[in-house]
Amino acid sequence: MPAPEIVAVLTSRFSAASFALGVEVPAASLLAALRALRDVHGYRYYVLGSGAETESSFEVAHAVRNIESNDTLFVKVRVPKDAPEIDSIAFVYAGAEWQEREIWDLFGVSFRAHPDPRRILMPDDYPGHPLRKSFAMDTPWGYRPATPGNPEAGS
Amino acid sequence: MADEPLPVLGQPAAAPAGTALTDIAEEVVRFPGGGVAVLRSDALFHWAQKSSMWPLTFGLACCAIEMMATFAGRFDLDRFGIFLRPTPRQSDVMIIAGTVTIKMAPRIRTLYDQMAHPKWVISMGSCANSGDHYRNVYSVVPGVDHVIPVDIYVAGCPPTPEALLEGIFALQRKIMEGDRAGA
Repeated sequence: MPAPEIVAVLTSRFSAASFALGVEVPAASLLAALRALRDVHGYRYYVLGSGAETESSFEVAHAVRNIESNDTLFVKVRVPKDAPEIDSIAFVYAGAEWQEREIWDLFGVSFRAHPDPRRILMPDDYPGHPLRKSFAMDTPWGYRPATPGNPEAGS
Repeated sequence: MADEPLPVLGQPAAAPAGTALTDIAEEVVRFPGGGVAVLRSDALFHWAQKSSMWPLTFGLACCAIEMMATFAGRFDLDRFGIFLRPTPRQSDVMIIAGTVTIKMAPRIRTLYDQMAHPKWVISMGSCANSGDHYRNVYSVVPGVDHVIPVDIYVAGCPPTPEALLEGIFALQRKIMEGDRAGA
């Protein structure tokens, strides 16, 4: 459970909305909220980054932890489906870099100012972002990897 | 010496004493009275190839555990002249043990191309055979035969060591027939 006083501070300062695991902040105040959490409130440890797709939007959630109080707090942002782009937090929490690459790879949410915005799990020439609901289940059936012995394949 | 019957090609003859040529005894014709035997070079080469298969292991998933068990003491592939090699340059046989992902497929193809001729491929387990229950998954190649030619398919999820042994014996029979899927 996130500490109620921290949630109260975030709610008032960054017009965040609280939910069971933490707060949901507007995209514009994501970096400021995480900087405050890291520098003021002692949430210095980046636990995980996660993506999801709902009916109306993508969600990106970052979990950060205060090692001293052993308190974990999720900071969630909604990313619109028509322009799936959000600030990278890799400059605030270095551990987020690969997590954001995975969210980009599987959900197609791009991260502004990411230091290394490549795919991380799928091949570089992979068509699409496979965890999106619009991704057809049978897309890879015809997919043939480009190989030295089969140069014409690849899509 | 003169009363020994002359051998006839194609007819079974006893293997020369003190050799291990039992598998190709039918091919061997020994000249009476001398230390000379005649046989088809194909049969000799195939016999040598099937008796010293050096696999390049490709453990990709849980099938690799069964493959390791097959190579370990209880089943002991060393007694068939089968030794694992860590490099494709020294390998005759590639054992694909596990799920082939799209990202791994080009690496498999590269290592297969680096193996010297002649070469054979054993596809071990349902995933390598067809993708199995990962067939529809976005990251999985539906069968390693989309990437490299396959000689022997071993069924199972994962196959037992006995099943892999049977696949290896089937490949040995195939090698003796001079047959292979790849070039």
